Amino acid sequence: MRHRSLLLLTTVLTTGALTLTACGSRSDDGKKSGDDGSSGTGSNITLTIGVDAPLTGQNSATGLGLQYGTQIAVDDANSKKLVPGVTFKVKALDDKALPATGQQNATALVQDSNVIATVGPLNSGVAESMQQVFATANMVEISPANTNPDLTQGKDWASGKKVRPFKTYFRTATTDANQGGFAADYAYNTLKKKNVFVVDDKQAYGAGLAAIFKGKFASLGGKIAGTDHVNTGDTDYSALVTKIKQSHADMLYYGGQYDESELITKQLKAGGVNIPLMGGDGMYSDTYIKTAGKAATGDLATSVGVPVSTLPAAQNFIKAYKAKGYPGDYGTYGGYSYDAATAIINAVKTVMDANGGKLPAMNDARAKLVDAVQKTDFDGIAGHVSFDQYGDTTNKQLTVYQVKNGAWTAVKSGVYSG
Amino acid sequence: MHTLPQQLANGLFLGSMYGLIAIGYTMVYGIVQLINFAHGEIFMTGAFGALTVWNCLPDGMNIWAALPLMLIGGAIVSVLIAVGAERFAYRPLRGAPRLAPLITAIGLSLALQQAIFVWYPGADNAKDFPQLGTHPYHLGSIAIQRNDIFLVAAAVVCMVGLAAFVRTSRTGRAMQATAQDPDTAQLMGIDTNRIIVIAFAIGGLFAAVAGVAFGLKYGQITYNMGFQAGLKAFTAAVLGGIGNIYGAMLGGLVLGIAEACATAYIANIPGMHQLGGQGWANVWAFVLLIVVLLVRPQGLLGERVADRA
Repeated sequence: MRHRSLLLLTTVLTTGALTLTACGSRSDDGKKSGDDGSSGTGSNITLTIGVDAPLTGQNSATGLGLQYGTQIAVDDANSKKLVPGVTFKVKALDDKALPATGQQNATALVQDSNVIATVGPLNSGVAESMQQVFATANMVEISPANTNPDLTQGKDWASGKKVRPFKTYFRTATTDANQGGFAADYAYNTLKKKNVFVVDDKQAYGAGLAAIFKGKFASLGGKIAGTDHVNTGDTDYSALVTKIKQSHADMLYYGGQYDESELITKQLKAGGVNIPLMGGDGMYSDTYIKTAGKAATGDLATSVGVPVSTLPAAQNFIKAYKAKGYPGDYGTYGGYSYDAATAIINAVKTVMDANGGKLPAMNDARAKLVDAVQKTDFDGIAGHVSFDQYGDTTNKQLTVYQVKNGAWTAVKSGVYSG
Repeated sequence: MHTLPQQLANGLFLGSMYGLIAIGYTMVYGIVQLINFAHGEIFMTGAFGALTVWNCLPDGMNIWAALPLMLIGGAIVSVLIAVGAERFAYRPLRGAPRLAPLITAIGLSLALQQAIFVWYPGADNAKDFPQLGTHPYHLGSIAIQRNDIFLVAAAVVCMVGLAAFVRTSRTGRAMQATAQDPDTAQLMGIDTNRIIVIAFAIGGLFAAVAGVAFGLKYGQITYNMGFQAGLKAFTAAVLGGIGNIYGAMLGGLVLGIAEACATAYIANIPGMHQLGGQGWANVWAFVLLIVVLLVRPQGLLGERVADRA
């Protein structure tokens, strides 16, 4: 009997230990920037813009795009002296796409008396856990990537009862209410797909997007061949592939990130099911094509905004990103990260101008920044930047991309009209 | 239900991999009663070792020609780490209470994972692994990958080899003797330290084969792939009866098939729609484990070695 109870004990212990270690890491980067001094009276002060995104592991290719998109905005602001007397710097924290880690990072950013506002996070599920922390501290948070409608419009947005839960939260990406509808419309009316299998990863972003797509596709008259859910971090989808094959679906819609969808599309095609996989901005990444290889050909993804490479205003940004050799994919959220950081920088200037050219005490400055960001109105590199009463961007452009010759090619841009 | 043959095949492939890893858990447990939780990471380092060999080989080399070299490279890395772990982490704790080596194993597991994450170039993202082509063969209604054929063939060869080794060779019989009663075995002139090292080495070898098979099957490897695979393989070892090498393989196959069938069919049972599908496959795999342990606490094939406590 001793053996058996020991076995049980070890199983429980290990599971517990491994769960704890997953969320037990806390970044200490903050200590370095703690003493730079931002009293607000000196002739030249340093202000930090926080960044929170997955920088290693899952989702890190697009996450790094957030960090370095912000970095370039800050470098530009410093070299152009956009805010006289202020030098900006970036403090990037890694949330590993985990909500618990994101919340720890939010707490660390709020406690750092040099951080004026934050750009991020990447994942809607992580954003949910951070919003309250920033709201309590009156600190502006602008996400260039979150698309789940709940974040700005409340849980009951679908029934028309829109309530903004946090006045400190803004985003430069449009919502999945638009994205899911845009995708469903393209699949049904342009691709003429009538029988779609829908899979999601059970996360706030993936499940939300898949549900919106499913609803819109069915209301257009399409048939849902079947639904399933996967776990993030899964690697074997062979049983799912067999199920999809049996359903005779003519397309697979996936709500989630590229880490899982690249494996799914590979195993789907390898299993002899030659239907395209369509997803959202979470899988619009060059890493998807690199990993999935030939299997990705013909797959589709919708993403927020229009392709950065076609925007005249973004050419310098792309040049700078490539010249510096920054890692990660700037294509998905890099432009929106740049604009989010610029919105913060502009708002700092507004707050200082209203205070006679000086920055108020940090708590006061953070609070005043919320109002200044709300009134944001300028032409960014990825389009016009301003926020509606919910904190959502007024730029509702979306684009459908398809993998052709080993690259994402824009096939349709537009605005979803309902 | 006409997809059943395909789903059984899916489960068989997945289960073969679980079984290969589970051998390492079960052999070490059978001889030193230690649950080597670092074994999942030994599997992972084997895959990275094989990938390193592939990257060192000239570009465009035929994968079939490279495969034996990759297996050797992966095996060297895995076996060295497994034997090193035994020598430097577990042997000093041989006489210590059971919990001490167990916690050491957990620590070692985290250390190995983080070491690869930090020091292997580019390992903070998924690393691409070469594959044996991705066009399936069709056997009736079943689509089979070349990579899966390699996996099953490797599992069969390894299993038959191990069974022959344990049954017929002198060392194999010495292993059985040590498992039954280490003290008496030592009195009979068996060098038990050597036997323990061999058990770790064989576990490492099998883990490396599984690591290469994993890379071939999924086309990518990650620094944390050993966690989930290790947990499942440990489950397979317990399911089949820990300490029993045939039980480990059988447990792996049962677990793999259970997962595939849970994904495919649970949702079709009236009223169970919400509890089916891929997202719930792990839950059903563990439900199966609990049921088996309730009915047969010693696992499917029993524990050959009686409790000595």
